[in-house]
Amino acid sequence: MITAERKPFDEILDLVSGKKKILVAGCDTCVAICMTGGEKEAEILATELRMKAQADGREVEVEHTAAIRQCEWEYLDMIAEKVEAADVVLSMACGIGIQSMAEKFAPKLVMPAVNTNMLGMPQEHAVWLERCAACGDCRIGLTGGICPVVRCSKSLMNGPCGGSHDGLCEVTTPEKEEIECAWHLIWERLKAQGREELMLELRPPKDWSKSSSGGPRKMVREEAKPV
Amino acid sequence: MTENGFKAGSNLEKVLAAGKFAVTGECGPPKSADVGVIEEKAKILKGYVDAVNITDNQTAVVRVCSMASGVTAQQNGVEAILQMTCRDRNRLAMQADILGAYTLGIKNVLCLTGDHMSFGNHPEAKGVHDLDSLNLIRMYKDMRDDKKFQCGEEMPVAPELYIGCAENPFADPFEFRALRLKKKVEAGADFVQTQCIFNVPKFKKWMEEVRALGLHKEIKILAGITPLKGVGGARYMQKFVPGIDVPQAIVDRMAGVEKGPASQAEGKKIAVEMIKEFTEIEGVAGVHIMAIEWEPAVPEIVEAAGLMPRPAVA
Repeated sequence: MITAERKPFDEILDLVSGKKKILVAGCDTCVAICMTGGEKEAEILATELRMKAQADGREVEVEHTAAIRQCEWEYLDMIAEKVEAADVVLSMACGIGIQSMAEKFAPKLVMPAVNTNMLGMPQEHAVWLERCAACGDCRIGLTGGICPVVRCSKSLMNGPCGGSHDGLCEVTTPEKEEIECAWHLIWERLKAQGREELMLELRPPKDWSKSSSGGPRKMVREEAKPV
Repeated sequence: MTENGFKAGSNLEKVLAAGKFAVTGECGPPKSADVGVIEEKAKILKGYVDAVNITDNQTAVVRVCSMASGVTAQQNGVEAILQMTCRDRNRLAMQADILGAYTLGIKNVLCLTGDHMSFGNHPEAKGVHDLDSLNLIRMYKDMRDDKKFQCGEEMPVAPELYIGCAENPFADPFEFRALRLKKKVEAGADFVQTQCIFNVPKFKKWMEEVRALGLHKEIKILAGITPLKGVGGARYMQKFVPGIDVPQAIVDRMAGVEKGPASQAEGKKIAVEMIKEFTEIEGVAGVHIMAIEWEPAVPEIVEAAGLMPRPAVA
């Protein structure tokens, strides 16, 4: 799923500074599952904004709502009335949802209340790990079902670099958390499958034109178009 | 291929081709526009090494670029091995830079992935990693041997390069490390310099695997050496540098001498002992001495290891 984290409260305050009618709009799909931007989180943010305004002695109206999916036009129709009534919308959807709202209701001011961070999965409760770069050219059939593009810190195609140690990546994150070496995992997985010879073949340079390096991507399914 | 049968005809290639035990050094460019630093380091190493690695923003810290520093080193009498990392350049830049370096007289290149940005002084930088080091090796080989750019287009004049790579016998998974060198040989590497070695038994085990694969006959292997200045550095590398394996016995030995001239002498002594041991290992074609910000140690070590004078090859 797409995951996101709420922006720091002060940054959100700056984004809606001076506005009298604020609508906090959640999205009940991906960001609700990662407990960042569903209806419940939208309600919490709306409450925080009201309390802050009250404490500061400002008169601000804060409403909240949620769309089933902010990234599809028809679901946005369902919250149109509330959006039209607001001076600014604080969208808690991923970057796709926020842009859909901004386009659908242009020139309405739509601001992001979250930072969209990855295509990931919950490894355990409340812990998400990145799993896909949406690179447009999936090769995990050759790597034991483990993606080196996004799980290797250097997106290597031909095995681990010289910094792999004890199954860990050389990279130190700002949070000082350990990162598993993707290529060590791939080696072990391929061995378990009896296919480790796959790692001995020289893989050619990746075609990044199929990723965002090729410009914004567009997908058309002619067969699925209405007749 | 050059007219006399060499791939590049660099001094390093000739020394290795002649079967002489090669010595390479390392020179880190400065973190400022001070050309004097490179000149000074080159003067110290001149005559004591067959070629010197010019690092490329090592540990992801910005420095004078390896191409300019390599040219300065060569102007001061030391042949350069241009380090090229995949971290800072895409395939366009890596091809443009090697063509440029070659037109300025550089003949040796070392293909590296590069330390991650998180280690350096610009941790917010976007890492490029368009190619990995194996694809970089193959790209340069194709430029040299087939006169082809990575895209397949042809060029009239190819850069005649002696292509190197690095390998770390101490990284994991260990059982893949010799196989990784095999991949690099197949990609087109002519020589390899290893990560600095402190755990000699483990290096010997890796060399056994390398020989079992017959790689020592296909690629020139230079064993990495880093002389220790004191016990602090040994402990730091043991604990904090990923992929460097410092056995406790080495730490204890450095701890047993007083910090300063005594510990520096001990560090150089260990380096000399290791070099002598490496000359006895079948398949080791030379040593790569990385005296990090301690270049004056190199002439003494090379001398004490009995590797002087350096061979003059035509």
